[in-house]
Amino acid sequence: MTATTTSARSDLSELGRSEATLRTFLHGLPGVDQVGAEQRAAMLGTRSIKTTAKAWAIDLAIRMVDLTTLEGADTPGKVRALSAKAQRPDPADPSCPAVAAVCVYPAMVPVAAEALAGSGVHLASVATAFPSGQAPIEVKLADTAAAVAAGADEIDMVINRGAFLSGRYREVYDEIVAVKAACGDAHLKVILETGELATYDNVRRASWLAMLAGGDFIKTSTGKVPVAATLPVTLVMLEAVRDFRDTTGRQVGVKPAGGIRTTKDAIKYLVTVNETAGEDWLSPDWFRFGASTLLNDLLMQRTKLTTGTYSGPDYFTLD
Amino acid sequence: MSDVVEQSQRLAVRKTYKLFVGGKFPRSESGRSYLVQDSNVALASRKDVRDAVVAARAAVKGWAGATAYNRGQILYRVAEMLEGRRDQFVGLGLSAVEVDEAIDRWVWYAGWADKITQVYGSANPVAGPYFNLSSPEQTGVVGVVAPADSALLGLVSVVAPAIVTGNTVVVLAAEQAPLAAITLAEVLATSDLPGGVVNLLTGRPAETAPWLASHADVNAIDLTGVDDPELARSLEEAAAGNLKRVLRPPAQPTDWTADPGVRRMTAFLETKTVWHPKGV
Amino acid sequence: MAVFEYAPAPESRSVVDLRPSYGLFIDGKFVDPTDGSSFKSVNPATEEVLAEVAEAGPGDVDRAVRAARKAYKKVWGPMAGRDRAKYLYRIARIIQERGRELAVLESLDNGKPIRESRDTDIPLVAAHFFYYAGWADKLTHAGFGPDPRPVGVAGQVIPWNFPLLMLAWKIAPALAAGNTVVLKPAETTPLTALLFAEICQQADLPPGVVNIVTGAGETGRTLVEHPGVDKVAFTGSTEVGRAIARSVAGTRKKLTLELGGKAANIVFDDAPIDQAVEGIVNGIFFNQGHVCCAGSRLLVQESVYEPVLESLKRRMAQLRVGDPLDKNTDIGAINSAAQLDRIRELSEVGSAEGAERWSPPCDLPDRGFWFAPTIFTGVTQAHRIAREEIFGPVLSILTFRTPAEAVEKANNTPYGLSAGIWTDKGSRILWMADRLRAGVVWANTFNKFDPTSPFGGFKESGYGREGGRHGLEAYLDV
Repeated sequence: MTATTTSARSDLSELGRSEATLRTFLHGLPGVDQVGAEQRAAMLGTRSIKTTAKAWAIDLAIRMVDLTTLEGADTPGKVRALSAKAQRPDPADPSCPAVAAVCVYPAMVPVAAEALAGSGVHLASVATAFPSGQAPIEVKLADTAAAVAAGADEIDMVINRGAFLSGRYREVYDEIVAVKAACGDAHLKVILETGELATYDNVRRASWLAMLAGGDFIKTSTGKVPVAATLPVTLVMLEAVRDFRDTTGRQVGVKPAGGIRTTKDAIKYLVTVNETAGEDWLSPDWFRFGASTLLNDLLMQRTKLTTGTYSGPDYFTLD
Repeated sequence: MSDVVEQSQRLAVRKTYKLFVGGKFPRSESGRSYLVQDSNVALASRKDVRDAVVAARAAVKGWAGATAYNRGQILYRVAEMLEGRRDQFVGLGLSAVEVDEAIDRWVWYAGWADKITQVYGSANPVAGPYFNLSSPEQTGVVGVVAPADSALLGLVSVVAPAIVTGNTVVVLAAEQAPLAAITLAEVLATSDLPGGVVNLLTGRPAETAPWLASHADVNAIDLTGVDDPELARSLEEAAAGNLKRVLRPPAQPTDWTADPGVRRMTAFLETKTVWHPKGV
Repeated sequence: MAVFEYAPAPESRSVVDLRPSYGLFIDGKFVDPTDGSSFKSVNPATEEVLAEVAEAGPGDVDRAVRAARKAYKKVWGPMAGRDRAKYLYRIARIIQERGRELAVLESLDNGKPIRESRDTDIPLVAAHFFYYAGWADKLTHAGFGPDPRPVGVAGQVIPWNFPLLMLAWKIAPALAAGNTVVLKPAETTPLTALLFAEICQQADLPPGVVNIVTGAGETGRTLVEHPGVDKVAFTGSTEVGRAIARSVAGTRKKLTLELGGKAANIVFDDAPIDQAVEGIVNGIFFNQGHVCCAGSRLLVQESVYEPVLESLKRRMAQLRVGDPLDKNTDIGAINSAAQLDRIRELSEVGSAEGAERWSPPCDLPDRGFWFAPTIFTGVTQAHRIAREEIFGPVLSILTFRTPAEAVEKANNTPYGLSAGIWTDKGSRILWMADRLRAGVVWANTFNKFDPTSPFGGFKESGYGREGGRHGLEAYLDV
């Protein structure tokens, strides 16, 4: 990444050929100073977004939501309700935009596909033995192919953290390449599970590994481990996609997921996108929020801006 | 006429004196109590000691990890809150002078939070290309047997120096001075002090102290309040089991109003020395 | 037009209750000058007059010194340390409680962004008083002997870049050690010092312990040359510092000086680049570059020069210059017309001497004093912009190849206040730190301040330290 000059684009497609080249490259990335990165994120968190800017940011955030339900107790009824909400988040206000996507388990894809048909809302499915990723590669590929065949146009896969943490980068790389192939035309979001990666250096390396292997998006978390998305982790990932585009010319999206519950939080992320990767990423094509309860808070704040009074959770549908 | 008099005499609401563990005020798990100054006071058991140690241990990470500035601010806040309850302590029979001294003692130790490292640490000029820095660090959980001769000032004088450096404490209040101790706990509970940093057990230290002294998850013990030399010796022996740092009872009665110096802080500090090479 | 346009988010001015005019604060009261006059303090962001402020004449300074002397002899000197501590704690608490008011007033009078006055200056001011409050009753533990005594009356002259923070650095240790003070704030930024005087009243601080005499250079000169002053503390330019050092020659006055700087911020090729770029930006653009320890010389290792420069430019394009009271402003107004002239002049010299100048596109307000964040590349050690303190948002960029060369270039200056090192290699940080002739060395960070940490310079950046245990020495008779 040291060559950030836009004029000197590099072809990094050969890096995955061997463990040694991959390791040399990933370990040659500049380090991340934890204190400095966290201070930068905290400073961005102090930006004060008011009035018109807030209204704009709320609508953008709604358009970026991957409305998610990933529970063992999910039912077709719940998925249908969620799909309806995704298309018309605020039934009382037709000016309220639709969300980016609905995100469900593979078993729920057919239900969601039917509910979302023709709506323009994307259908994402977690695959590859989500959330642990602890399954044979054949199972992961079949999981992916089945979700795509059933109508998912976005796949959220998890990387093999065990392999990554023990330095078997090639294994992680090859798996992403294989899943990408199984995706066909579907977009691939690669979940790094940053809560298990322990250091920002690892987050940066995993981000590059996922991008080198062909991921269309890099995503922070499954939402199933104690630490989900954080602002500094997202900052480091945004730096990675920025540098990756400078180096290769290819733009990759970022999706923080889990733990983002309030409008205030969402706006901090949008500010961080704006001032780190830049405005090219301020679009649902390049930035998403993996969230469920966030949408209702965005809707409440949106109502507050239009009506001037605070709303309450009773006035919006439960997810 | 007599009706009017009766109505004007308001019936007081009495206070229940309970233990202070993990930031909460539980009764003794034993269900026992004893009478002091006409109040029933919880009589702590060995299981209360056990629970208090668990609470104290859980609080070490957050408290020791807080900045020294933050710890100092909180100790100063204790002084502010104690000042506001000055009369309450006087009402328990303490002298105003003692209460004032106790307030000032919190202020004294509050200021040490970010200075003890500067006074007790050192940069060491080792003979070689190395950076070498020694810094004091909390020892962990400290068991404290509070002195009986000074219900508030004595108690504050043993608790504040232990916690200001990042230790957490399990304090056995003096058997006959529990009311001031629990009232102090109420002050602590409203001073932004995280739960579990100070845990305070009332009852009979002679009964509970052996459990504290022998507890393997306690790092140090302050025997200041142990008047019986034989008990002190046996507690020190028990403490040797996991090599607790021991602060022995004073040889002479303590003048609690005197300048306390730094001894009570350094007694519960470890020194950590960091080496790092210097080179291009 | 940016995609994500942040709407104005101004901090409310209504928390500040400005009087039309201010007297001098002598012996616990605001008084009119007897032989002085007055001057106006303006908002550098709008050129609006904020208040009329008294200018102390020699008679006024004398009155203030006498009041300080009396308070020193009768009240503050004999007072028990723990009572001095309690006054200082009170002051610290009032500063915390009135923090927003102080922050807004500081930004109004100085031009610095409210984010900095709110998140950096004022919290540090309170922290400084807390820290030294704690020393007041612990002086025997400070390592200056068994019975350290105060010096007496301190005459203190402070600059305009961190008005209240510099006041705290001066007054807190002085009072903790048992001295009384006469302080002269800078003529362009007297208002928070006057609000501080009100805080002293609110804290019931005994009269005469703190005296504030407002005025310009002449008032300052009168103060430091006053025979009743036992200790002089000055923060400001090296030129004035030299004059003060001459003026106290042959007297028994103790002197500490915190003067100019031309710090090197050294970036190695293994540095955490994103954080280094943040550190470079913070090093030179924090407080509009009005920082004596600013990292005004960037030394980049040649092998990473291009990417660092590119990242720096991209980052600079994100800086938001404008209304200091807007919560999203990163760079506020230059403090005065005179300072703006100096920055402009030296920048023109930089271009004339052949360095290449660059600033991001940036709309500056029409009124007020403004200067866009600026970098110069192709700078050599011989350039004036590499040698002279600009005290503005102007960065000179040089390169180096080896650690030894970095040390040589960094030290090749009469100044020696601070330095920065950016590398992932710990041993190199310590090797560099050993060789840098600077009073503060930041590694993988920059412009960090804490009341426990001594601050001050080598060489012509002054002598004496403020902050920490060392900060007490200046105010003790040792």
